Amino acid sequence: MLTLLDSASSSPWYFFGYFLDHRATDLGWLWDHTWLSVVPVVVGLLLALPLGWLARRYSWAYPPMMSITGLLYTIPSIALFVLIPPLLGLDPLTPLQVPIALSIYSTSLLVRVVADGLGAVPTETVQAATALGYRPLARFFRVELPIAVPVITAGLRVAVVANVSIVAVAGTIGLDNLGRLFDQGYTLSVTEPYYPPIVLGIVMCVLLALVLDAIVLLVDRALTPWRRAVRSR
Amino acid sequence: MIRFDGATKRYPDGTVAVDELSLEAPSGQITVLVGPSGCGKTTSLRMINRMIEPTSGTIWLDDTDTASLPAHELRRQIGYVIQNAGLFPHRTIVDNVATVPLLLGEDKTKARARAMELIERVGLDPAFAKRYPAQLSGGQQQRVGVARALAADPPVMLMDEPFSAVDPVVREQLQEEFLRLQNDLGKTIVFVTHDIDEAIKLGDQVAVLRVGGKLAQLAAPADLLARPVDAFVAGFVGRDRGYRALGFTGAGTIDTHQEPSVAVGAAYPGHGAGIDGWILAVDADGKPQGWLPTGEEQRGDVVTDAMLYRGGTLAAQGGSLRAVLDACLSSPSGRGVVVDDSGRLVGSVTAREVLDLIEKRG
Repeated sequence: MLTLLDSASSSPWYFFGYFLDHRATDLGWLWDHTWLSVVPVVVGLLLALPLGWLARRYSWAYPPMMSITGLLYTIPSIALFVLIPPLLGLDPLTPLQVPIALSIYSTSLLVRVVADGLGAVPTETVQAATALGYRPLARFFRVELPIAVPVITAGLRVAVVANVSIVAVAGTIGLDNLGRLFDQGYTLSVTEPYYPPIVLGIVMCVLLALVLDAIVLLVDRALTPWRRAVRSR
Repeated sequence: MIRFDGATKRYPDGTVAVDELSLEAPSGQITVLVGPSGCGKTTSLRMINRMIEPTSGTIWLDDTDTASLPAHELRRQIGYVIQNAGLFPHRTIVDNVATVPLLLGEDKTKARARAMELIERVGLDPAFAKRYPAQLSGGQQQRVGVARALAADPPVMLMDEPFSAVDPVVREQLQEEFLRLQNDLGKTIVFVTHDIDEAIKLGDQVAVLRVGGKLAQLAAPADLLARPVDAFVAGFVGRDRGYRALGFTGAGTIDTHQEPSVAVGAAYPGHGAGIDGWILAVDADGKPQGWLPTGEEQRGDVVTDAMLYRGGTLAAQGGSLRAVLDACLSSPSGRGVVVDDSGRLVGSVTAREVLDLIEKRG
């Protein structure tokens, strides 16, 4: 009887039971995971807008900027999580190292997206805006940026989903988020494999990624009614 | 009035795009800048609203040195129409048209009302107002471009090859409507094109520029065709300039012959009914439809549209010698058909008679 129960609760399908058993902790980690995934994308976008604009405005800046951001993106996340606290003089276990590292990744990804999105705005449209008397800043925010929205939101979708996956890595060094579930699964599998926390971690990460992706998609839709009108022509 | 006073554009690498250009675009008239690519026509146009800053020289807008105003303020007083229209894809047609009034701080309701007025004025269905540019054809977008340029009622309009990206039939339509609109509005217009035919058709005066940005000749279209100043201008205005120049000479009171006609739907005429084997077919209103070879075999059949030879052009009474001569040359019977203002048959003339008239004038 005891063996039966044991084997049932160690089945991968027991993940929901595992969630119910540790609901408060798991929901706390979900919340941590959510803000750790979202805030860096927002920060990254705010930094990428001026940088992407610079890369477009001064064409000599584009190649080096793309090389640098590409390189930054290849630094393993675990290395950044470990290196950021001593480099910035932070507490070794501050939760800030994750959003800082992810902001670097998001910025790197989005600089190219913003630059290419702005580059896709038709030249005639920019010239017409100038000729009608837009000043450069107003032209950027009211003509160029709105037209670049579809390209930028496509990049945001990639960035936000990538972040959900990278945040989990920080769980394995003991920082609170859904990654902790993998750490638990590993610890509980010392004698024999114990799957529920691992499956639960995967399911919650995937659901979170789907929901965040859907939110970006909805924002995109709300900002670009003009694209739907064209498709339904 | 727009006046170029020794305006020059020299790039850092030494290329001279516009070289000491001095010319005046008079108020209420269309001045066309025309020339081969690399002649600096677009650069010259863009120096007016300072999208390109001249290296030296001055451009005057009436009594104002254009360099003395902030660029965006200058531009808001100057309408601008660009090739491919350059509409804002993310804004509806009415908001595209309302752009400049809104930039000038007019309130939204008023700006939109004015935009609706202009949308109709340029010949668009008001139902288009709520659509987005990509839902319109190229010709329709170009009309929106013109409406947008007119929205703040600027005294001056700059047009950069506005009709060159649409097909020839639509282009001709847009040109006709543009002339009609200008007739009502009397704007001071500088118009850039690489097409000499368009320049001659639209311009009150035409400035021919040569590669390197030098003004070759500034003249009224008829003078340009009649007296090109040098080989370059002569070559540029084209081989058939003698024929095209006839477009500027009215046919005046050219005598027409009575032309026998048969109505579509009537019995097929025999040889005796026409002249030299051809008879003109007209509709119920007396408007010419095409030519019909007379013949005994089909006599008594009903004349249908499908039987007609439609090659001949029609010349309007009081139109140009070019139109009358073309009507003769294109007619299968050799007789050019002249119609009145409502399109009804007046009579016919022969090419010989037109040529006699040209010789007498010459």
